[in-house]
Amino acid sequence: MSVTVRIPTILRPYTGGQAEVTAEGATLAEVLADLDRNHQGIAGRVLDDEGRLRRFVNVYVNDDDVRFADGLGTPTPDGAGVSIIPAVAGG
Amino acid sequence: MSVLTASEQSPAAVDLGPAAALSCRECGERFPLGPVFACASCFGPLEVAYDLPSGDPEGLRRAIEAGPKNIWRYAPLLPVPADVADKPNINPGFTPLVRADRLAAELGITGELYVKDDSGNPTHSFKDRVVAQAVEAARAFGFTTLSCSSTGNLAGAVGAAAARAGLRSCTFIPHDLEQGKVVMAAIYGGDVVAIEGTYDDVNRFCSELIGDPLGEGWGFVNVNLRPYYAEGSKTLAFEICEQLGWRLPDQLVIPVASGSQLTKIDKGLRELIALGLVEDRPYRIFGAQAEGCAPVSRAFKEGHEVVRPVRPDTIAKSLAIGNPADGPYVLDIARRTGGAVEDVTDEEIVAAIHLLARTEGIFTETAGGVTLGVARKLIGAGALDPSLTTVVVNTGDGLKTLDAVAKTAGPTATIRPHLDSFREAGLA
Repeated sequence: MSVTVRIPTILRPYTGGQAEVTAEGATLAEVLADLDRNHQGIAGRVLDDEGRLRRFVNVYVNDDDVRFADGLGTPTPDGAGVSIIPAVAGG
Repeated sequence: MSVLTASEQSPAAVDLGPAAALSCRECGERFPLGPVFACASCFGPLEVAYDLPSGDPEGLRRAIEAGPKNIWRYAPLLPVPADVADKPNINPGFTPLVRADRLAAELGITGELYVKDDSGNPTHSFKDRVVAQAVEAARAFGFTTLSCSSTGNLAGAVGAAAARAGLRSCTFIPHDLEQGKVVMAAIYGGDVVAIEGTYDDVNRFCSELIGDPLGEGWGFVNVNLRPYYAEGSKTLAFEICEQLGWRLPDQLVIPVASGSQLTKIDKGLRELIALGLVEDRPYRIFGAQAEGCAPVSRAFKEGHEVVRPVRPDTIAKSLAIGNPADGPYVLDIARRTGGAVEDVTDEEIVAAIHLLARTEGIFTETAGGVTLGVARKLIGAGALDPSLTTVVVNTGDGLKTLDAVAKTAGPTATIRPHLDSFREAGLA
């Protein structure tokens, strides 16, 4: 499964400045692992020491916040868009 | 990278008064002052670290009391230049702290009860406090467009502040906001973009826009200017204590949307203690949410440290943030201070709006109904001590959410213009 991953500004040093990259995987966990193979160290910024999503990062598969779905087990269908976004407060 | 252009200025060129650096609230890593909001190491939120004045609390207190009757009297404690009061800005703050004896009697409160009434700000909500800070940060970093994601009040505050400061504004709101808030956002002449989605969708959109060339050169008050913007809520704490005669209240009840305001009020109280401006003694902070959007309240009651997002469904649209970024900090503060986070139904919100209006002559928006409704519920549950000094924060004006009470507030009678008709109505 090939997906497009939108990279937030603070992680772009890992992707050579690219705002969007492609990655492979049937679930979010697999996509992040593949992302880390091609852009070493990036997964460690998104996941904590226990391998969970950091609490101030939001990840969307297409339009769905993965915390509403299966978290790291959320399916990532072929052609899906994955967005990694820092959480921000204030309305 | 293009979006970081402004931050590539030398930190020495940025004059934000006592602000010394940005510090990550999660891991403590420090960064130079700039338009950045998330820690490059752990994604944690960045906040302003200060070189605050020390050693002369009496002198500082006198200087504050001699300052302007707005938030700039606290300029030595805020990320703004020393001459901030001379620049075009909306100059909010120093709103009334209303002694609410009639409300206290209705609620069974025997101690002092106050309403911090922020409906008196220039655009009738507390958002003017935070936006005024963001304007100064935008100036410091050379932005010419001011923007935000908003549940309504913020878009109005940004529009007004940008107009006064001579900046362009382009704000983003959910498509289904109350008409009063939409009009208020648009009247100042800036661009207002309604997005087909919830506030959380709008917030996500803005977070993506900021990393795109489309948003280059834009200061998003609650995204890339957020560390500075959020500090504005500290002024609520400063004013409450000053208006109480440089005294901490025992208990505060504060609405929770993203949780930013509550966490910054706590920060403000701790800074006043550290500076010796108030006596160091315990206070308790209570958070208020609507049942239809109560992710923090639920996490508090279930004993969790993280907040599971929800999809909002409440009349309190200004609090309808289903994924509150500062939620974990609200939990920490409520637990640390011996407070709580509670929620109320839409019916309880409307009843509380009527109660405040009927007893104190203050017409609050739905968020204020949430706060007072929760205060009432906490008293009933024994969580809020009725014998202590309590402050309830009213963050906005009821004229912005007329729909919420339109069915429950109207003419008592409609009569012909004759005395007989009035007599028949039985109102004399």
